[in-house]
Amino acid sequence: MANTQAMCTSFKVDLFNAVHAFNGTGVPAHTVATADTFKAALYLASATINAATTVYSATGEVSGSGYTAGGVTVTFGTAPSSTSTTAFITPSASIVYTSVTLSTAFDCVFIYNSTQSNKAVSVHTFGSQTITAGTFTLTMPTNDSTNALLRLA
Amino acid sequence: MALVNTIHGEMDVSLLEKREGSLDNETETTTWVEYWLDGELVHRSVNMALKRSVIGTPVAASLA
Repeated sequence: MANTQAMCTSFKVDLFNAVHAFNGTGVPAHTVATADTFKAALYLASATINAATTVYSATGEVSGSGYTAGGVTVTFGTAPSSTSTTAFITPSASIVYTSVTLSTAFDCVFIYNSTQSNKAVSVHTFGSQTITAGTFTLTMPTNDSTNALLRLA
Repeated sequence: MALVNTIHGEMDVSLLEKREGSLDNETETTTWVEYWLDGELVHRSVNMALKRSVIGTPVAASLA
């Protein structure tokens, strides 16, 4: 046997579950076994949403008939998991904006935690789109260590 | 009679021109359907499957 330096895979899964708190300042207290609510907002192609984004903002968000500022709730019905050394999680249902008209091109969906002060989770970009009296559906990838929407590898 | 939601309310699809398209690249697989009435776009829906994960790479630094 030999020792091998690594970040433990279980710790990666724990990160998704907010198990560890290295500093008590600004750390939410998850004292109950209840999942937070996550939401997905769409942003115009002209907006600036990126890794430096820390919280949800309506600045640059799409607007139009049928679309509610802040976006829609994202369903994480499957618990974070791991395979080999990669922890991962994917929404368990498609993200759907039904009966909307979004006339200005958008190319980004921003996922954030609406329970924890709208703090940022991830940004996903794609080719610019518009919707006219229709539905925009974001189908999720397979929830595994190579395809999941969010991965800690 | 099949109906589709449009900017003019629900309309019979037989009255509309249907256009469809698709895109498949490293970022996404996307399909869309449009309905046109006399040169006017009255409905457009998009179904997109995202391909790119967001990956974080935690590192446990060596103490040596």
